[in-house]
Amino acid sequence: MIRVQNLVKRFGDLTAVDDISFEVRRGEVFAFLGPNGAGKTTTIKMLTTLLKPTSGVLELDGLDPAVERDEVRKRFGVVFQDPSLDQDLTAWENMEIHGVLYGVPRQERRERAEALLKLFELWERRGALVKTFSGGMRRRLEIARGLLHTPKVLFLDEPTLGLDPQSRNQMWTHVKRLNESDQVTVFLTTHYMDEADRVADRIAVIDHGRIVAIGSSRELKERTNTESLEDAFLALTGTTIRDESASAAEGMRQIARMWRR
Amino acid sequence: MRVIYILWLREVKKYLRSRTQVVASLGSPLMYLCVLGFGLGPVFQKAGEGSYLQFMAPGVIGMTVLFTSMFSGIALLWDRQFGFLKETLVAPVPRLWIMMGRTLGGATVAMLQGLLIFVFCLVAGFRPVGLLVLPLAVSIMALIAVVFAALGTVIGSSLKDMQGFQLVMNFLVMPIFFLSGALYPLTNLPKPLAVLTRVDPLTYGVDGVRAALTGVTHFGIPLDVAVLIAVAMVLMSAGAWRFSRIEI
Repeated sequence: MIRVQNLVKRFGDLTAVDDISFEVRRGEVFAFLGPNGAGKTTTIKMLTTLLKPTSGVLELDGLDPAVERDEVRKRFGVVFQDPSLDQDLTAWENMEIHGVLYGVPRQERRERAEALLKLFELWERRGALVKTFSGGMRRRLEIARGLLHTPKVLFLDEPTLGLDPQSRNQMWTHVKRLNESDQVTVFLTTHYMDEADRVADRIAVIDHGRIVAIGSSRELKERTNTESLEDAFLALTGTTIRDESASAAEGMRQIARMWRR
Repeated sequence: MRVIYILWLREVKKYLRSRTQVVASLGSPLMYLCVLGFGLGPVFQKAGEGSYLQFMAPGVIGMTVLFTSMFSGIALLWDRQFGFLKETLVAPVPRLWIMMGRTLGGATVAMLQGLLIFVFCLVAGFRPVGLLVLPLAVSIMALIAVVFAALGTVIGSSLKDMQGFQLVMNFLVMPIFFLSGALYPLTNLPKPLAVLTRVDPLTYGVDGVRAALTGVTHFGIPLDVAVLIAVAMVLMSAGAWRFSRIEI
């Protein structure tokens, strides 16, 4: 479903993604694990047509995101690290706009929106403004929205950041169910090892822009001779803390956090 | 077309829902209208220029349209990190449509806001020459709104973080307002000021609205409209270009 070969992305002197290769099979749940600044989000941005790679081959459902951009865009749904809902609109309106943007015919749009909102337990609140929603509800709505145009791949970039254990649990239950029933390929990044352990069929550990290990949770543990995925992860990436230099986005994220309280 | 329409509709819907925002943004124009309008009135009258309220009301309308439309564009900066913009940028539609929907929506909101201030001006004692001139005045307001919503888009697409916002406010938005002839007549100005007022697009907007509503004009409506349309076209193109280059 996704094929990445010798992918490189440089920003000036900084090499964010350094010659990585991997494949994601149809219907698979694939997790990208890595410390801050390892290149996870950059890779997702390239796969979702938002950034152009410096070099290397990218393929999503056999298409090149840099060339057949709009065709690729129809094939994936994405939930970004930062929220991208319109908080001043209702859940239903957010779904409607998404449907129009993706050219889903009216009848189908309504039916799918209803089915998805029901599945994610948001149907009763469809007429409420998104700003009245809890963090977990917003995330669920974003996922429901990302699935409205029946994508083949769902990208989730740290979707559970800042959610309580209950919401996280519920969210993954839904995602897992969809993956099984609709055969949606899921590509996710997370900092929570237990999540990757629970939902992912295969895991790639990425550090300093390079993939250091790839395989199922069990394989990673066996390879590093460790008991838990967390230990395996630390064995692979070391224990030094990565100081992500404060980017403009990070600065704004801090202000946003302040205002949310 | 459907895409442009739904993004336009989104801006308008949001405006109609946010009552506090509407009230808050009426604050400063109303202050200008009441404090300056009535405060400077007697001096203006003595100088033989007639009613100051009558003179400045179109200026305050222009100011409202300027502020509202510029903000809608600059809000892009916030929107692309924490808002809905990202969702539209990965959608399989040309960026030009997204930019058009957003900018025209912002311009419509600014125009509605300007109309609201117009009503307040009537309450304060402003008297236009007739009601038939209203469509012409509203059209010119729409042009002002498009010009500055597009300028806001150019700036919002170019800024990297919120620090630049204050800079834009102090060195661009405020000068555009103060140099526009909204508050003083354009005749007999010192040379440098005269030049600056003539490169400010809002000058032609305010002059056009004033001409339509009160019949008093410096450049004449045809020139005002011509300048506004030309600037709007240039800025819309620039906005489309900057917007197409946004990376997130």
